[in-house]
Amino acid sequence: MKSFVVKRLLQAIPILIGVSVLSFFIMHLAPGDPTALFTDPNVNPAELARIRANWGLDQPIYIQYFYWLGNALRGNFGNSYMTGMPVIKEIAERLPATLLLMVTSFVITLLITIPLGVISAVKKGKWFDNAVTVFCFAGMATPSFWLGLMLMLLFAVKLNWLPAVGMYDVMSNDKCQMSNVLDVIRHMILPVTTMTLLSLTGLIRYQRAAMLEVLNQDFIRTARAKGLPERIVIFKHALRNALIPIVTILGLSLPDLFGGAFIIETIFAWPGMGRLGVMAIFQRNYPLIMGIVMLSAVLIVVGNLLADIAYAWVDPRVRYGKK
Amino acid sequence: MGRNKLALFGATLLSLFVLVAIFAPMIVPYDPSAILENDTLAPSAQHWFGTDDLGRDIFSRAVFGARISLTVGLVAVVISLLLGTLLGALAGYFGGWTDSLIMRFVDVMLAFPSIFLILAIQAMLTPNIYNVMVVIGLTSWMGVARLVRGEYLKIRELSYVEAAKAIGCSPARIIFRHILPNAMGPIIVAGTLGMAGAILTESSLSFLGMGVQPPMASWGNMLMDAQAYLLDAPWMAVIPGLLIFTTVLSLYFVGEGLREKVGVS
Repeated sequence: MKSFVVKRLLQAIPILIGVSVLSFFIMHLAPGDPTALFTDPNVNPAELARIRANWGLDQPIYIQYFYWLGNALRGNFGNSYMTGMPVIKEIAERLPATLLLMVTSFVITLLITIPLGVISAVKKGKWFDNAVTVFCFAGMATPSFWLGLMLMLLFAVKLNWLPAVGMYDVMSNDKCQMSNVLDVIRHMILPVTTMTLLSLTGLIRYQRAAMLEVLNQDFIRTARAKGLPERIVIFKHALRNALIPIVTILGLSLPDLFGGAFIIETIFAWPGMGRLGVMAIFQRNYPLIMGIVMLSAVLIVVGNLLADIAYAWVDPRVRYGKK
Repeated sequence: MGRNKLALFGATLLSLFVLVAIFAPMIVPYDPSAILENDTLAPSAQHWFGTDDLGRDIFSRAVFGARISLTVGLVAVVISLLLGTLLGALAGYFGGWTDSLIMRFVDVMLAFPSIFLILAIQAMLTPNIYNVMVVIGLTSWMGVARLVRGEYLKIRELSYVEAAKAIGCSPARIIFRHILPNAMGPIIVAGTLGMAGAILTESSLSFLGMGVQPPMASWGNMLMDAQAYLLDAPWMAVIPGLLIFTTVLSLYFVGEGLREKVGVS
């Protein structure tokens, strides 16, 4: 088990280096440079050259990369071009808001996915299964930003039940802790719903497929044949095994959750990392883009690693079977 | 079977959209970029889907949008299939270090949140319709590569491949002439589902202003325009979204139907 974890950790290193090289070169291969975007066109060329030198943009690109890598390995991701603040600090300020959205919707997703997937596999072909299948296809075919807009249109604009954008009510002077928490929760409902509905639908189909596969196995037939009640067969024998593949899938859905965050935070003006990232791209804020790409990549790689470890942990066949 | 009916339903809708896209200039009642009214008008007999913030006819724009969205989806998915199939085939057939190298590259590409990667590339290039197709294609081949690699790993062990090697066929001939036709089923299924994904991605990109640029209409950038008028002109947001939804749903239905026919899980 230990060597398995170590091996997977070592494999993560080249992946992260690959991500950094690729994103660094994609950004810098673009014609022009970011100074053009946010300095006055009339600014004196000597001044521009000074800014460029200050940011290291006058160096050849591979030098810039090694410079960046050297600093990054020491935990320094540079300063944001726009605010001059350290990238790490800027991301750290925004990350909690994103994690709040992601973790909440992740938990809700799990709570809905497992029962729906299992019941629909058990009731295969019945109306419940068909309804779930239609719901899943509809969910997969809905563009995330459109779903967000429609929810906003219905619940914020037409019914006026929920706030449309942001994380706090800026007009509120209430200093009470509790009502602030409630305020954030009210603001969370629409983005979390959007995010959940989108990750939910694909996962339910995986869970259903996993459960169907287990239900076809010999040991389930044996359990039924020896007269166990159906309830025990499903929950004790089948479900445990059907949960194994979902562990991996959850790990694999992390990039989607992240991708979702970029769009959903932009629509709902949620002050998180995703919105920061989209803004950084529009402003060609290289250090900030690199910081966000690397953070996402680390979280994705770690998520997959945890999924693999969890997989090996719940399924002894993986641990002992393959060497 | 119910699934078959769904696939047929999807195929019918899809053909309808394709026809609309092909014959767009003959179908539209107005020039899609002409400013016809002074205001956003609700759907009426004169303007079936209403008019947008600039007073352009939404129906005409949606018809031309079908052209753009379907073309982008198709070209993007062809690029992704070509790349994914080639890399997957090489990895699966040769194995060894070729396989390791290619699969590590796949891992790297999968470690990006893809929408962020696409946005970044688009922002660095000038966002236009050709770049959108290429960029979506170049960032969505990884699933296909993994799938094709799996197929090749299976098929290369079959005795007919061994026979082909024995009579001295070149690796290229075995890869493309002998194995590829037998791996086509899953590739076509992946292509159908991939096109659905590409259309969704194009719409998100255009929605963020990083995709198809105005005045050219795509369903995604129509939604971008709609965002500011959610209160006054909700039809501007509802209609393009429903069109994306219907197209993508049809593709999924067709994909699932094919999947069942081909017998891949």
